Order: sequence, then structure tokens, then C-alpha cells
Amino acid sequence: MNIEKKLLKPASFEKLVLKLKEERKQVFAPVKKDDLVNFAEISSLQEMTDDYIVTVQSAKSVAFPKVETLFDIQTTKEGVILTDKDINAIPEIVMLGARPCDAAGFDSLNAIFTWDGLIDNIYTTRLKRTTIIGISCSKCDAKCFCTSLNGNPGATKGSDILLTKIDNGDFLAEIVTEKGDTLVKKYSDLFETATDADKNKFIADVPVKFDVKTILDNISSHFENGLWAEQSLRCISCGACAYVCPTCACFDIQDLTNGHEGHRKRSWDSCGFSLFTIHTSGHNPREVQSQRWRQRVMHKFAYMPERQQVVGCVGCGRCSRACPVDMNLKEHLINLTEEVVK
Amino acid sequence: MDSVRKKAKELLDNNTVNVIIGYGEGSDNNVRAIFIHKPEDVDKLIYDERCVQNLAFYLMKHEVKHKGKLGIVAPLTVLRTILQVASEYQVKEDVVVVLGVAPDGGYIEFNGFKDIENYIATISIDLPEKEKEMIKKLEGMSLEQRWQFWTKQLSRCIKCYACRATCPMCYCTRCQVECNQPQWVTVEATPLGNLEWHFMRAMHLAGRCVNCGECARACPLGIPINLLTYKTVLTVKDKFDTYAGTTASMDSVLSSYKTDDKENFIR
Repeated sequence: MNIEKKLLKPASFEKLVLKLKEERKQVFAPVKKDDLVNFAEISSLQEMTDDYIVTVQSAKSVAFPKVETLFDIQTTKEGVILTDKDINAIPEIVMLGARPCDAAGFDSLNAIFTWDGLIDNIYTTRLKRTTIIGISCSKCDAKCFCTSLNGNPGATKGSDILLTKIDNGDFLAEIVTEKGDTLVKKYSDLFETATDADKNKFIADVPVKFDVKTILDNISSHFENGLWAEQSLRCISCGACAYVCPTCACFDIQDLTNGHEGHRKRSWDSCGFSLFTIHTSGHNPREVQSQRWRQRVMHKFAYMPERQQVVGCVGCGRCSRACPVDMNLKEHLINLTEEVVK
Repeated sequence: MDSVRKKAKELLDNNTVNVIIGYGEGSDNNVRAIFIHKPEDVDKLIYDERCVQNLAFYLMKHEVKHKGKLGIVAPLTVLRTILQVASEYQVKEDVVVVLGVAPDGGYIEFNGFKDIENYIATISIDLPEKEKEMIKKLEGMSLEQRWQFWTKQLSRCIKCYACRATCPMCYCTRCQVECNQPQWVTVEATPLGNLEWHFMRAMHLAGRCVNCGECARACPLGIPINLLTYKTVLTVKDKFDTYAGTTASMDSVLSSYKTDDKENFIR
């Protein structure tokens, strides 16, 4: 659809949050606590901070939470009763302040959770009931590299509505999807006619650091490159990068039982863990960290583009910020580009 | 630091070691662990207040260990960690050359672990003030308040296991949380599962933690998990009059016994 533009004044923005709360919608927004900014449920706009480049954790948990109950298990004399998760109970959520990179991340997640016609009902329902009101980035830091991944700090893709703060403190609202349109129409008294402000003047300048096409075209033939071992020598095999990543979707499934009752649960997992691939026999096809690091990069830049026709990275830089040992993905991708054109 | 670089160069020049593990400039004013293979690269070694990662971790990392004889740039926490993991038979004296580094960056020569023990004996070991204060505050809380504090803090945990991964003392090839027949610790990152995990980890580190603070530094969500193991440091000091990482030949307080133990139940 054509992107329609409106103006949202700060006072109306505050009212919007209150109206959404009145309708028993859950509103999530970046909240600062102990110096860290993460998405948390808010009851008024005052609780939201604008002092963040990106949140520590991505917005993915709104559709793909760290723990999800898939179904309940009950054993009776008559047999085992399985009860699917009641997807009707999934709440309506408004995700406020997601960055364009965060919103773009849902593209990759959608591709995985609907891959090959296998629809994950829980994930898709959660996302369907989520309205994403993104906010363009007015600032960036050295870890940001969205523009190298064909994104940009004012990109509308993935957001239902994208807000850009303009010089007088008002927000330029771009209505990207029907879901966004429905919301704006419902609260039409809060949205005013847009001015002719050029949003590009108010978004951050994120320099392009490498040509992603070079990586995509060549990475597959560099499986045996010594670069992987060199880059990952300091990697400690934790899952911080995967867990803060907006596109990492690997999970583990476990049954948690207590007597005759139990639940099947899905939890985040990471290909960086040695346990991720270990076989019952004790053999591990990805025995050392260099193989697991290669898998992480290959999955995002070779396997996902091949299988799901999406790149598994949006350049948000969260992995590099969260890494305790300064594994810097942007830097490693620059190295990789240099290596493949040699 | 020049004296440390000079020593590192010498060790590489005469093939005493195959690689030097040290601190170097990383990205965006970060410091990172670097691995020096060539004598001409020793100038990349740095030491300043940003160099806090506990490099001793790499002495036990598969790919690093297999490089052969290792040299390591070691400030106090690394020195203490080396002694502790040596006492647990994880690092042998003959495969590692320790390049001690003083707080001002000066080189301290160590000929073997005994030398390190002697050096550490001259230093008074204590927890950092900030953490000591926090522990005091927690001790002053009622049981209920303390429970609330930890349930709230740990509910944020996402079980990325960065705390475990960065801890040089967490070297088990198969952690208790990964034993699933039976599943001792709940896998899910729920408040209960998180409590189980962190309390178990604290108990496994009691008498072994050298309070390097890596676990808290590594946590992407800023959970002060080091307070749990730091508390065990104080308890072990109080009950057993000992600090971990002061000798290379210490029996772990929780996995050894003495016939002259003052407790009756053990006899």
C-alpha cells in the first residue's frame, strides 16, 4: 500500500498510549533500568525512554519469547491427554519504539516460522496480534551497520507505523500496513495532517561498511577458510549473541513434568553451544568453537538466503554490544569481504 | 609494559612458547584477548585499566590448549586463577609460562607456581569495596526481602550462559545443567529455572571462586550474579580460613575432608 503520512504531537502520543491501555492492550516500550534499556510493559508514555541506540534485547520476544508452552500433557487411566496452547488467549500487543532494524528482523523470523508451508501457529498468532510502532533512529553508534545489510535508520519495512521525531518534537507518522492504518483510523482524532518535513533530515547517518552482495555471492566457497578459526580464537562459546539477536530462531524443546501433569516447552537455544549438535553417541560434528562460529555466520549469510531467501542479519550490532570478549560481527564481515575478493 | 613485551618477544624468539595470550586493542575502544604467534607482533600487547577479562580461561580452551606451550600475560586475578585451576589439575606447570604484570604494567618474573604463591602471599586478598557493601546490604535484609531481590534480579536471566562460559572455573565439559537423564535443573529461563541454575552454580564455585567478576561483567543483562559466588568467598574464608587461588596444591573445601575436622558429624 502507499505510505500515508500523518503528524503525531507529543501530547497526542501520550493520549494514544492511555487509550491503548484502556482497551486492555499490552503496550511494550524501551524502558531504562539499571542503565540498561529493554522492552518492558508500560502504563504511560513517561515510562518510555528515548535514550537508546537499540535495546539490549531485540523485539523478537514479542512473537518468540524465551520460553513458550506448546501444549499441556496430562496422563490419566484412560491415556495421555494433550491440550494445545490456547492461541485465543494470546494478548493484543503494541510494540512501541522498535528500531527499523528490529522491525526488519521479523522478516527473517517469519521466513523461518513459516518455512516450506509449515506454519508455526503460536508465533504467527503472536505477531498477528502485535502492532509495531517503530521509531526511526536519530543517532547510531560504531556497532550499527544496518545500511550494509540494505536497511536504514529510517526504513519502514516491518513496522506497522513508523514514527520519526522531527525538529519541533512532533512525530512524523508513516502508516505502513493495514494494521497500522486500522490503528490510526481508530484514533484519528489524535493524528493530524502531516507537514512537508523531510524525515531524512532527522535520521542518523550510518555509513556502509561492506558490500553484502560480495559476501552472499562468495561465502559458500569459503567453508574451509582459516579465517573462522582465527576470528573465533577468543570466542568463549556463550549464547549472548544469539539471545540478543533479532533473527536468531534456534530453540530447544523439553517436556517439563510433575507427576501426572506436564508441559512441552520451547526455549531459546544457540548454535554457539557445544551441546547444540552433540550426538547421543558422544560424537559432535561441530566439536570446536571455530566450527560453531562458522555455522553462525554461514547460517545467516549462506543457508538462510539459500533456503528462505532472506539474509539472517539486519546489522543492529546487538551481538557485538553483548559480547563479553569483543567479537565484533561488523569487523568480522569486513574481514570476510576482504578475504573473499582476494 | 615494555618489559612484558620484551619478555614475550624473548619467549617467542627462542621457541620457549608457541603463543602468548594477552590483552590488545579491540574494536571501539574495547580491549580484547589477543594471541601472539610471532615475535614481531609483541608490540600489540597492552595493559591498562580496561584489561579486566580473565585470560586464564583460554589456558583450558580446546583450540588454544592445542597450540602447545603457552605464555600468558597475568595480572593478579589471572595469577590467582592459574593457581586455582592448577590445584584442580587443569593446568600443568610445564606447559605454561606466566608473565606476571603489576598494576602499573611492570613485568613480574615467575619461575613456576611456587613463585606465584609467594607473590600472592604478600598481597592482602579482599573483595572489592562495592561488592562488599552490596553483600552487607543483602545480609541485612530479611529472608523475604532477600528472596524478592534475587527472584527479581534472576527473572531477567535468559540463560545464555555467558557467566558460565567466561568463568575459568566453569571448565566442565558437561555442566550439570546439561545432564538431562534425569534433568536436574530446569532448562527454561523462568524465575524458578533461573534460581536453580544460579544457586547451583554458586554452590559449585564455593571455595573455588577467585572473585574476578567475569560472570557479572559478561552478563548482557547486568545481573550482579558475582554477589552469589562472592558471598561464598566470604563464607569459605570465615569457616575454613582460606581463599581460593592462593596455592596450587589446595584441596577443594567442599570435596575433601580432614580427620581432625572440628565438626562432629563428619567423623
